[in-house]
Formats: sequence, structure tokens, C-alpha cells
Amino acid sequence: MSLHLSYRAAPGNPWFSWQYVRDNSDTILAALREHTWLTARAVLIAALVALPLAVAAYWFRSLAGPILALTGVLYTVPSLALFAFLAPYLGIGAITVLTVVALYALLVIVRNALAGLNQVPPEVREAAEGMGYGRWGRLLRIELPLALPGILTGLRLATVSTVALVTVGVVVGRGGLGQLIFAGFQNNFYKAEIMTGTVLCVLLALVLDLILAAVGRMLTPWLRRRSS
Amino acid sequence: MNPVQQAIVWLNDPLNWSIPGGILDRLGEHLTLSALAVLLGCVVAWPIGLWLGHTGRGGGLVLLVSNVTLAIPTLALLTILPLTFLGFGRPAVVVALAVFAVPPLLATAYTGVRQADPEARDAARGMGLSGGQVLRRVELPLAVPYLAAGFRTAAVQVVATAALASFVNGGGLGQIIRAGFGLDIAAGGGQIIAGGVLVAGLALLVEGVLALVERAVTPRPLRRARRAATRRAADATAGT
Repeated sequence: MSLHLSYRAAPGNPWFSWQYVRDNSDTILAALREHTWLTARAVLIAALVALPLAVAAYWFRSLAGPILALTGVLYTVPSLALFAFLAPYLGIGAITVLTVVALYALLVIVRNALAGLNQVPPEVREAAEGMGYGRWGRLLRIELPLALPGILTGLRLATVSTVALVTVGVVVGRGGLGQLIFAGFQNNFYKAEIMTGTVLCVLLALVLDLILAAVGRMLTPWLRRRSS
Repeated sequence: MNPVQQAIVWLNDPLNWSIPGGILDRLGEHLTLSALAVLLGCVVAWPIGLWLGHTGRGGGLVLLVSNVTLAIPTLALLTILPLTFLGFGRPAVVVALAVFAVPPLLATAYTGVRQADPEARDAARGMGLSGGQVLRRVELPLAVPYLAAGFRTAAVQVVATAALASFVNGGGLGQIIRAGFGLDIAAGGGQIIAGGVLVAGLALLVEGVLALVERAVTPRPLRRARRAATRRAADATAGT
């Protein structure tokens, strides 16, 4: 108790400090770059694995249960435990962080993509079949475009939660902005460092979310026309 | 010895269980922290969610809360809160964990009340029940499956997140993993995996037990709603 009171009284340790940001811009930018890069790669990898899984679950109903159950169990496993399982094999570094966060993003994308695909009305599917579309043609030309809003929701959720999750990577020395937060805590509770890391994290999540929302708007012009 | 064998050896050493700061101590800390955090989350989120659902306002607020908390790293809250008036130790960790329990609790309380049959609500009004009585006698009982689903999601999430309390020496089973990382991979690999098994096992156990409890408290006719509620609760949260 006395410890934090003395820190509060100390004028030298404010929560926000431009001085800190200016003096450490190199470190901060490096952390931000690492964070963005890890997030982008993780979401991309997760999407590349998740979409085929979602399509498989959509085509073969018997696969949907196991795929959703497996991803659900995976989701229950705490992130620190997942790091614990993988670190002894993948080592200390970016590969471990990437694998862990991609696994979590995977579930969110699969679930939302499957929900999106399942929302395609049966009449539409039958009409496409009647027009002579095969299974692949129907998927690529009709079902995936119609499922796009669901897929994009999944991508956005996955991206935002991945940004937050990457910080846990400090446990293997690659936490991006989490590195700043944790170093600030260890470094005599350097509040400006902790706060800068946190604020940048939230801003990064916001910016990436807005970018994905804009991409979604561009990819689904028909939704805009309908609403206007 | 490979890391898995090391982990088995580590888990089989009785001293690692009973020593002060050993598995049993950490397990007790983990469960206490989680229980307090979920309790705090319920006390805050349920009244607000039920009231917002009852008045029909605040749908945007519920969404905003879940979106914002999704973006805040747990690590940030765990490091920031001890430096505020909460001070170091249990209170700060409990509050940090409770913040992540709020979105599923709030969202399910809100939708639980919103989904109540409007005719039942009108009938209750017609019988002369006041707003508070409608909420207590009609909407609240109908919302129970939703509340149960939200509680389960929140509790499992808090148990999973509590592992991160070890970053600020807040105790809990995560401490075992952190200590293993402190020894570096070659020496601590077994302990790291053993800690991971304990943390993951506890989360899965809590999930399983609460799933059974949730089933037990949900009346049979409402079980369809329960499934929708579980999905709703899960959607309100992502990432631990």
C-alpha cells in the first residue's frame, strides 16, 4: 500500500509522457511493428486454414460437429497453457507466438464463416443448382459471396482479439507491445511505458478493425445498395 | 528425457504438490481469485444488463462494452490496476479479471430479458404488475437459461485468464508455468508443460462441470433457448 502511494506522490512517474514517447520512439516503433506484423501473419494463416475447414464443415454435415467441438475445446485452453505446451518444442520466439495466436483466431473465423455459409437460403442454393452450377461453381460464385458478411465478422473479431492476445507473447520474449507493457511493469513501474503500450494496442486494434470494415464495405456493394 | 517425460516426473513428485507455493497452494489461489472475480462481475453486470433489457435501451452500450474489452489486453489491465488506488495484491487482480467477465454476463442478461415473450410481458402488465414486478416475476425467470449460459462463459474465461495473473506475481496456477520459463526451456521444459496441463485441465474441468450445472438449472422447454444463449455468450467474447 505504502509503495504505490509513494509512487503516486512522486511527480516523476506520470501515466502519460510525451517525453518518454519522444526519447524512446525507436523502441516503441519496433514494438508496434512487431505487433502489427505478428497480428497480420497470424490472422492470414488462420484465415487460410479456417476457410477450407468451414467449407468442409458446410459440405459434409458430419464434419461440422467434430470441427466445432475441436475448436471449442481448443478455445477453452488458456493461452498461457498453450504457450506452455508449444514453447518446449517450438522454442522461445516468434514461431511460438504466431502458432498460439493463429490457433485462437482459427476458431473465431471457422465459427463465423460456417454461420455465414449456413445462412445462405436454400432457395438460392436450389436455384443455383437448377442453373447448372456444380458444387465448386456454386461455392465460389454464390455461397461464398453471400457468406462474406459472416466471414468478415469473423475476421474482424479474430483480428481484434489477436491484437490483445499477442501481448501474452512476452512469456517467450516476443510480445510486441506487450513487451513495452511488461518491461514498464518490471522497470520500477514505469507508468508511461505501460500506458503507451496499452494505448497503442487498443489503437492498433481499432485501426485494423476499421480497415477490415472498409474492405468489407468494398467487397459487399450489394448490401449498401439495399440499405440506401 | 524429453519435456513430456520431465513433466510426468515433475507432476509425480509429491513435494511439488505440498510445498508452500506448490500445486495445491496455487490451485487454491487460482480458484479464490476466479471465484471472487466472477462474483464481482455478476454483481456489476447482472443488475445493469437486466435493467437495460427491461427498459429496452442500451443495446448499443452492451455491444460497445464487449467490443472495447475485446481490444484491451489482459496483461495491460493486470499491470495497470496494481499501480492505481487498488494497490498491489489480490484486489487489483480480481478487478482486472472481473473486467473480462462483464461482457458475457452483460450481453446474456440483456438478451435474456429482451427475448422474453412480449405477450407474457403485456399480460403481466395487464394484471397490474409494476415495471419492477414484471422484471422480477416474468422477465427474470425467463432469462435464467441465458444468465446460466453467460455465467458459464464468464467463469471459464476468468479461470483461463487467471493464469496470466502470474505476470504480476498475483498467484494462481500460471505461476508454475512462469517459474518454469524462468528456468529456461531446457531445464524448465517439464515444469512448463506440467503447469500447462494443470491450467488447461482446470479450465476444461470447470467448463464441463458448469455445462452440467447449466443443463440442470434450465427447464426442459427452455433448452432450445439455452443453446442460442450459449452461442450469444460465446460471441460476446473472444480471446483469453
